[in-house]
Amino acid sequence: MLYFTRWKALGIILTALIVCLFAVPNFFPEARVKTWPAWAQRRLVLGLDLQGGSSLQLEVDSNYVKKEKLDQIRDDVRRVLREAKIVYTGLVTKGDAVEVRVKDADVQTTLAKLRDLAQPIGGLMGSSGQRDIEVADAGGGLIRLSIPEPAMIDRLRKTIEQSIQIVEKRVNELGTVEPIIQRQGNDRILVQVPGLQDPTHLKELLGKTAKMEFRMVDPSVPLDQAQQGGLPPDTEFLPAATPPPPGYVVKKQVLVAGGDLTDAQATFDQRTNEPVVSFKFNTSGARKFAQATQENVGLPFAIILDNKVISAPVIREPITGGQGQISGSFTVQSANDLAILLRAGALPAPLTVVEERTVGPGLGQDSIEKGELAAYVGSIMVVVFMLLTYRLFGVFANIAVCINVAMIFGLLSLLSATLTLPGIAGIVLTVGIAVDSNVLIYERIREELRGGRSPISAIDAGFKRALATILDSNITTFIAAAVLFMIGTGPVRGFAVTLGIGIITTVFTAFTMTRLIVAWWVQWKRPKTVPI
Amino acid sequence: MTTTQLVLISLGVLIAVLTVVSVLGLLPSLRIVPDDTHFDFTQFRRISFPISATLSIIAIVLFFTHGLNFGIDFRGGTLMEVRAKSGTADLAQMRTTLGSLGLGEVQLQQFGGAADVLLRVAEQPGGDKAQQEAVDKVRAALGDSVEYRRVEVVGPRVSGELLGWGMAGLMLAIIAILVYLWFRFEWQFALGAMIANVHDIVLTIGFMSISQVDFDLTSIAALLTILGYSLNDTVVIYDRIREMLRRYKKMPMPQLLNESINSTLSRSIITHLTVTLALLALLLFGGHAIHSFTAVMMFGVVLVGTYTSIFIAAPILIYLGVGEHREDAREEAAPAKKNKA
Repeated sequence: MLYFTRWKALGIILTALIVCLFAVPNFFPEARVKTWPAWAQRRLVLGLDLQGGSSLQLEVDSNYVKKEKLDQIRDDVRRVLREAKIVYTGLVTKGDAVEVRVKDADVQTTLAKLRDLAQPIGGLMGSSGQRDIEVADAGGGLIRLSIPEPAMIDRLRKTIEQSIQIVEKRVNELGTVEPIIQRQGNDRILVQVPGLQDPTHLKELLGKTAKMEFRMVDPSVPLDQAQQGGLPPDTEFLPAATPPPPGYVVKKQVLVAGGDLTDAQATFDQRTNEPVVSFKFNTSGARKFAQATQENVGLPFAIILDNKVISAPVIREPITGGQGQISGSFTVQSANDLAILLRAGALPAPLTVVEERTVGPGLGQDSIEKGELAAYVGSIMVVVFMLLTYRLFGVFANIAVCINVAMIFGLLSLLSATLTLPGIAGIVLTVGIAVDSNVLIYERIREELRGGRSPISAIDAGFKRALATILDSNITTFIAAAVLFMIGTGPVRGFAVTLGIGIITTVFTAFTMTRLIVAWWVQWKRPKTVPI
Repeated sequence: MTTTQLVLISLGVLIAVLTVVSVLGLLPSLRIVPDDTHFDFTQFRRISFPISATLSIIAIVLFFTHGLNFGIDFRGGTLMEVRAKSGTADLAQMRTTLGSLGLGEVQLQQFGGAADVLLRVAEQPGGDKAQQEAVDKVRAALGDSVEYRRVEVVGPRVSGELLGWGMAGLMLAIIAILVYLWFRFEWQFALGAMIANVHDIVLTIGFMSISQVDFDLTSIAALLTILGYSLNDTVVIYDRIREMLRRYKKMPMPQLLNESINSTLSRSIITHLTVTLALLALLLFGGHAIHSFTAVMMFGVVLVGTYTSIFIAAPILIYLGVGEHREDAREEAAPAKKNKA
């Protein structure tokens, strides 16, 4: 236990030294570190609770996604049955399914036709063999089409992936520093923006679907009649974004959609000096828009965002250049926001904020100071206590603890782990528990001495017996830390990380550094008594 | 130079002096626990078991009658920490302003300095959107008169999930540790450790119920840490018991347990003193953000953890039948001992 080959000793010291060195970038200003080679740039990341910032959790409206899919199925069923000239009645969306009734004689052909609608989940590469629509014969000529659970999950996953791209674009437009945007679970997105104090504006931007449509207004229907529900089948009533008037009757057919926009900018109207949003279409959008405006000169068309009419200008002349501008009693801010939303594109489904955690920079700074103070005081008290209890061996223990803490910071930097306030608490606790490994060893050595062994044999036996115990007792704590890492988020996770890493370094130092130090001392002194 | 820096520097100097003195071998030895203790810990089980049982029942009754003070992590709603820019927060005025928003009861609580106010808005009916509207209303009502130091809004769906995850995590940890101990020791040890574990958690929950500290995700973290450390202690004693079982085939169980506990007593106490020192520093200087976290930990690790390992986890092995068949096991154990030597 007390004999180390030269190479082994060297290996231990080098390992400890290299791990400690990874902590070095944390002591230099960030700008300076940026000029270093890439492998040396890794450093601790301060959690939002320490540096201040805002963390939002957004949820995709899964009911909306399901409804969209069911609507699409319903339209497909109508088309297929019409093409096949099958007479049907009662095509409705009912709960989680689309139902249609056909004559008994047609049931088999209808089932066959409708089953062709189903696609394999995950495209052609999908190997599950499952399909995205389940077509069932409910008896009595009733056919029910539903979406199986895996298909729904697949669809949500795709929706989330698309949404993340849009959210990224929108957040980046705010010009914030290093935002984090990631998927959480099946239907959530986590957005973390360091330094953001008031997320109200961000929430506004993310809370809009930004589905943009250009449609024709139907001026032939009076508004009061429209509000009572007496509408021609191909039109609908949509409220105005800024009444009066309360709303417009618009055609359901979409002339051009927001997906055809290539650019949008907030500018000022040259004549009225009001804030407006100018936009550009891509080629196909420009062609569609040109054709629509040519056919409808003199009639009003509606610019619709998220089912609200922003404005409804009259087409004075055909617009063929693929460019235009939207004016609709904007402020500079709202014009800017609309431009951002149009540039970033529409979300595939609405997002709801389900969790918000914001920490102001003042509290963050306070937490850092308090955490640091607690860490210093805690460590110093432990160090003094060890000196008073074990004297020379206390010095050994303190050297080991210092190396231990340096290694924790090294590993945390290497992993670019997030340091949170509970994380600092975890480090302080690790100091408390790290000395425990030394206590176990020393107490065992004392026991062996009392048992009548010679100093060297007692030290040897003490290490041998104590190390097994150290391993056992630390693994249980490590299991707790691992579970905490799995279930925790944010600050709590930071605690789990420091605790877990602390346990690893503690076991490492107990097995190597402490032993090495004591072994050297024994070699050097050849002690007749052990001052422990 | 601030006072803090002065204190830290003087403590540093103290360490340097102590280190030099220790290396020179001039420091007198500090014996916290005498070398040869012979306390009859196992006998004490006739008192400790009924006490623990009573306390556990009280804790459970408290949990059901008093309940836990669920924080917004698990209950949903809004929590805000604001600091009045004027230097002193006018609680009465804030109460009137916020009371008129129609958000139900808004709890205001002064903490720390005169300017700091903790503000709680209960979960609003109407799902996730309603919570967002509530926080927007509060922000609008308080406006620029305060600095928003912390804002947390948790919707009903998330709070339900967090609670579920927290509880599942606690269960998972207990089971994982149980399985590990089962592999390393015999099943009786695993069972004994688990009983001790559940005892720790029940008592700590009772403490949280009495003290009404916020029960949130950090509390779950505290519970898990308590669990880890209490086990750490239990495992150290169990390790020794196992070793003694191999060495002394004929020693009666109560005596064997006593010897094991007594021989690890010094370690138990010294380690708990160091952990207590670390926790004390966090409790006194760590700020209110981790105050309840460390308070719970202090109770669990320091008071309950040590007590459980010594007075519950070890003596319970008698009832679980550990060491009853040692005479039969002699042949199996003998080669194992030879390997060790």
